[in-house]
Amino acid sequence: MRLNIINLTKRFGSHVVLNKTSVHIDNVNTLVIIGPSGGGKTTLLRIIAGLESPEGGTIEVNNHPIPTDTEQDIEHSPIMRAYRKKIGVVFQAYNLFPHLTALQNITLPLIKVHQLSEQEANDRATHLLSRFKLGEHAHKKPFKLSGGQKQRIAIARAISLQPEYLLLDEPTSALDPEFTSEVLEMIEELKHQTDIIIVTHHLGFARSSADHMFFVSNQKILENGHPNDIFDRPQSPELKNFFSKVLAH
Amino acid sequence: MKISRFIKYSPQTKWYHSLTNGLTVLTLFAVLFYISVQSYGQAFRFSILLEYKNLFLEGFSRTILLSIISLCGSIFLGILIALGQLSHIIFFRVFSKIFIEIIRGTPFLVQILVFFYIIANFFQLENRFVGGVVMLSMFSGAYVAEIFRSGIESIGKTQRETAISLAFTPFQTFVYIIFPQLIRQILPPLAGQLVSLVKDSSLLSIISIREFTLAAREVNTSTYSTLESYVPLAIGYLLLTFPISMLTKTLEKKFKYET
Repeated sequence: MRLNIINLTKRFGSHVVLNKTSVHIDNVNTLVIIGPSGGGKTTLLRIIAGLESPEGGTIEVNNHPIPTDTEQDIEHSPIMRAYRKKIGVVFQAYNLFPHLTALQNITLPLIKVHQLSEQEANDRATHLLSRFKLGEHAHKKPFKLSGGQKQRIAIARAISLQPEYLLLDEPTSALDPEFTSEVLEMIEELKHQTDIIIVTHHLGFARSSADHMFFVSNQKILENGHPNDIFDRPQSPELKNFFSKVLAH
Repeated sequence: MKISRFIKYSPQTKWYHSLTNGLTVLTLFAVLFYISVQSYGQAFRFSILLEYKNLFLEGFSRTILLSIISLCGSIFLGILIALGQLSHIIFFRVFSKIFIEIIRGTPFLVQILVFFYIIANFFQLENRFVGGVVMLSMFSGAYVAEIFRSGIESIGKTQRETAISLAFTPFQTFVYIIFPQLIRQILPPLAGQLVSLVKDSSLLSIISIREFTLAAREVNTSTYSTLESYVPLAIGYLLLTFPISMLTKTLEKKFKYET
């Protein structure tokens, strides 16, 4: 994946979340974004996901700029919808549809948005569920599943769309600790299939799995580099401070 | 004694338990009622029921018709007003809010009188039945609108946003994601409102719409048998509302899932 961010700015009202931040990376498969809460990392991911429009600046992924639509809002814009079709997003709180079974959660977007036949969608979903050992849960509704199972199904839903890249927003932070590893293992496995951008607090995962990292704080991408550099040679006082707080426990 | 012992935690009641207990309670009510009637000093004259059978049945069927048409009307109006409340256009929002506040804040009886003697008169609406349907639809529609609005709002931003992130169109989002969840949310209050609507239709008797209540009143006027006129009325309304409650329970089970 190639990512080129130029002067990116995002405000919510008078509150500035990202302020003219720029970065350029190339040949990255797994990008991990870390940083303190409220630092702007989730907003950065949501802009890449086409769920927020920036006030200024541009982002290019693989040499294609993320489109903006000045005419219509995010929800109604066909341009933005066409862009979102190409990517997969996983949210912190799983966000499965509670009235549908695990299988239907995966097949509904395939059938309605990606125009697969019911048979094709079912085959693809069933295959994915069994690959991630979720086959026995295919016909259960979300309230019968554990947090870990729900999040794995949400990830399977995102990956079933065969996205150009997969975006994950703190996929383990709503989980009980015993379910964290099953979700992280699944993400680890998907690395070989697609490019991944993930916001996480799991520094262990970041160190072992990332081939590039962003540290986002104070409305900017303050540091970016290989995990070894980020962990062993933090430059800014903000990153040193962040590590001292997070690693103290 | 602990209060918690009275509260049922598991829904494992067998149907025959419900039936036997139900019959016991009904018998208890019947006995109590019988004793009260005895002390009232008059025997219940069934002959009056037979004699005025046609009048009762006519009123009863009129009430059913009135309720069904008004139900459709109030759901249609309710959806329109709920959408008005959620609209981007301020005029629609304000209009819907004021409409709801006026209807919910004043007694139906007063609305009937004002509507019938002033508004319907102005529009030269002669047909009382049509007038009744319009009034009942507006009255019930205001409540239905609130049910729809709170239902739509309760489904939450995250569901909508997930649908957006999966590239559903706003229309698809409504049809496949919001609406199925909305049905489950609003079914119980909507059924409650339907039961109210059936009962509220009795107030239309004051403008001489010949529905069930007016029929009973006419029987009472000609026979001076209050009990024989109004007990069938109560039973008749129960016959209408009880199946609605039962149907709702079935539908609730069908749409059941936890969030």
